[in-house]
Order: sequence, then structure tokens, then C-alpha cells
Amino acid sequence: MALGLILPTEGEVDVLGEPVFAGGAARGRALRKAGALVEEPAFWMYLSGRRNLDYFAAAAGPPDDRDARRSRVDEVLRTVGLDAAGDKKVKAYSQGMRQRLGIGLALLGAPRVLLLDEPTNGLDPQGMREIRTLLRRLADDGVTVFVSSHLLSEVEAMCDRVGVLARGRLVAEGPPANLRAGASRLRIDVDDRGRAERALRDVSDVTLIADGSTALRVRLSEGADPAEVNAALVRAGVGVRALVPEHDSLEDVFVALVEGEDAPR
Amino acid sequence: MFGVELLKSLHRPRTYVLGACLAAVAVLPAVLQATASGGAGGPPFFDLVRHNGLFAGLAAMALIQPFFLPLGTGLLSGEAVAGEASAGTLRYLLVRPVGRVRLVVTKYLAVMTELGASVLWVTLVGLTAGLIAFGFGPLPTLSGSTLSVGAALMRTVGAMAYILIGVAGLAAIGVFLSTLTDSGIGAAVATVSVAIASQILGGISAVRAIHPYLISDQWLAYADLFRTPVVWDGIARGLLLAAVYTALFLAAALIVFTRKDVTS
Repeated sequence: MALGLILPTEGEVDVLGEPVFAGGAARGRALRKAGALVEEPAFWMYLSGRRNLDYFAAAAGPPDDRDARRSRVDEVLRTVGLDAAGDKKVKAYSQGMRQRLGIGLALLGAPRVLLLDEPTNGLDPQGMREIRTLLRRLADDGVTVFVSSHLLSEVEAMCDRVGVLARGRLVAEGPPANLRAGASRLRIDVDDRGRAERALRDVSDVTLIADGSTALRVRLSEGADPAEVNAALVRAGVGVRALVPEHDSLEDVFVALVEGEDAPR
Repeated sequence: MFGVELLKSLHRPRTYVLGACLAAVAVLPAVLQATASGGAGGPPFFDLVRHNGLFAGLAAMALIQPFFLPLGTGLLSGEAVAGEASAGTLRYLLVRPVGRVRLVVTKYLAVMTELGASVLWVTLVGLTAGLIAFGFGPLPTLSGSTLSVGAALMRTVGAMAYILIGVAGLAAIGVFLSTLTDSGIGAAVATVSVAIASQILGGISAVRAIHPYLISDQWLAYADLFRTPVVWDGIARGLLLAAVYTALFLAAALIVFTRKDVTS
């Protein structure tokens, strides 16, 4: 919707201060400042990567200088590491190459903001890393890179700021480290899980976590001391092999936030 | 954007395959008349080719007009927007950004240009074949008088233009249908169906009342250019029909497309 592809029933979207739905030339101005990869990349398969970019550049007109356009295309192909494969037909590209060409297409107009939907979708780990490095480099060059993704480990590895949407509302926003902060967790390896769970139920400041995993995990309220957990277990005669403090992953934060939103009120 | 559209089709092998097929059809009148032992009958201008190669261009156009030309119109116009949608490139064109109005209008103009090139190509190939097989001479008109070679060629150009304008309305219908769906083939088939249905209805005298409003009603009126003096009634009516259909359906296409959510 921010790109004017889907029309809103009401309201307005601004991209870098330009309204997208105000009509007139504003949408064009807004979109010229932005580059986008919406779901999977798409190209004219029967044309080479270079030609695809060239035609996309020319299609948006105004009919500018042909040489300037060509050199911009070359530059973009170099940026996404496709200068060697630029003259092959897109038909012959691997998924990762198409993805990179898609980002190249988004970069054509030297945008100040990049909107990317699942940029690492369907890529192997190698391809993911390439994309991540590329986006990092762009961000370091001053481009705002906006990524929507459900691959939370990816997001965690890549993003400076994270926002969580639940039911269409922004429920949390900030650097991933801030979102993760707060209550901490313990993983406890014991010899008798049943007895341990019974013992811990009575300890204040401790909540058992039922996340479907095999290990026993508890959440500690702020200020609670892991030593008290240990003491309680020992008093109950449970053999404790290890107490491992764990940080919440972004996934945990996300699930907690979204569940909170979904809970009946 | 317009130039890009044409360049894109120049990079597709199908453009050349179609060109070759059209050329094969275009030489038919001259080749058949040169090799067959004769006998009257066949499409308009067909028999006249053996008397004068100038008729070969017209005969070639007459061959493609009822079926191949509407077919090509349907294919090109039906694919105009829907083809980009199903390839996924439509949304990338729109965010580049190419304005929605500009996209539809450019697509339509590109389709008409490609059709114009096809008509020109068929006529030129037909004329060349006719020239080789029978040579050119002063052209006897349907009214009995004769036209000089130069005048006859001028009228042939007029006939080409008229035939092209005749499918302008159909191309607008195709582009309109193309904005409704993501299936280029679907829009193309629907467009061709409109042309076929119109021509069938045009042949049924029980529905004579609607004949004047059918899109194909005056498609054959270009033959009137080869009377002396030229009979303008049918041609004027055909041009009006084409203008009305084109305006209606291009407007409809713009209304639909500027209000459409582009999700594919």
C-alpha cells in the first residue's frame, strides 16, 4: 500500500514526506524516492538481466540520456554482483541471482528508502548471507532499508530497529536488544523433571515455561536470584546438573507480544 | 515506455514467427493464382490478382482481415496489461513509477503500432509477390473505370489505414479486458470471441436491427475505396464505429485500472 499498489479505503501514506494517495504528481515523487521488492522479483524472462534493468529504467521515463541510463545499470549490476551475468537471460538465473537482480531493480532510481518484502525468501544460507551483506552495505551508505519478514533469526541478524505488528497495529518497536531485555530465563537440566516442576511451582518470582521443548525452562521475574531456584530444587531432593541463563530470542518476544494482543479482553 | 514496449517485442522470437506466418499467408494469393489453373471464387480480390499484381496486396489483406487480424489484435491487446500482471512485472513497472494512465495508454498505442506493422508487412509482402508473379498495371476498379498504378497504390495505403482503424475498437476492448484479469490468454480469447460473435451476428439477418452497431459491421467497407467515385458512406460509418468503441473501452480500461488493487 505504501507503494500505491493497493488502494486504501481511508487514510494516507507518506513516503519521505510525499503523500502516496493525494493524487497528482505526489505519488510519482514519493515512488521516485523509494525502491521496492514486493514478494518475489519478476522480470521479462526472455530478456537479459541488463536489458531488464535498462527497460525498467527507460519505462519510467522521462526519456533521459541513454548513456547515463546504461552506466547506472552497470553500476547497479556491480553493486548486486551480477556484472558478469548481466548479459545472460533471466530465464537462466538461479533463484539467488533473481533475488539480487530484484534488489538491483529496486536500487535503479538511487532510492533513499528501500522497501523489501521477504528479501531472503527461498534462498539457501549462502544466498541469505549475500543478501544480508548487500543490505548492510546499503544501510551503511545511508539508505533506509525497510524489511518485512517472518524469518526472525534473519531480522535479528540484520536489523537496527525492529517493529512488531499484531492485528494491524504496531505493538512494539525498537532495537532488537531493547525488545529482548526484561525478564530473563533459565534452562535447568535436572535428573527428575516431574519433581523439579512440583518444587518450583511454590517458589515466588518463578514461572514455568511451557514452550513444547524438552528442556525445563523457567522465567524469572526482575530481581529474582537464580541461586534461590537452585536452593529450592536441592531442598526438594532434585539433582541439578546445570543452570543456564538464556536470553529471550526475538521469536520469544514476538510470540509473547502477539499472544498478548490476541488474548481475549 | 512506448519505445520499450516495441523493443521488448523485437526481442521475442514469437514476433518473428508471427511475421513469417503472416508473410506465408500474404504470398498465398499471388502463388495460388500463378500455379492454379484458375476458376472463380474465393475471398475478395482473389481472382483479380492474375490480371494485375496490384490486387495481390489487397487480396492478402482481405485474407488476414476476417480472422488472423482479429486474432492478432486479441492476442496483443489481451496480453497488454494481464501479461505483465501474470509475469509479475506489472507491480514493478507501477512502482518504478510508471503512472497507471500512462501504462494503459502506452500499451494501447504499442498494440496498435504492432498491428499497423503487421498490416503493412502483409500488404508489402503481398504486393511484392504480386509484382513478381503478374506485374503491375492500371487497376480496373469495381465500378469499371481504371486507376493509374500510383493512384491504386495510394488507395491501397488508404485501405491499410482503414483496416487498421477497424480493429482499433477491438484492441481497446482487449486492453479493457486485459485490465480485468491476470490471465493474458483469457483476455485474448475473450477479445477474439467478441470479434467472432460480432461477425456471426453480422451474418444473421434475423438480428438485422443491431447490425449497424456491431464492431465488425463496416470492416469490409475498404472495398469502397476501389470504386470511382469512392463511396464514403460505409467508410465514414466504420470510422465512427471504431472511434466510439475505442473511446468507450479505453475509458472503461482507465477507470478500472486506476481503481484497481494490483496484487500480482
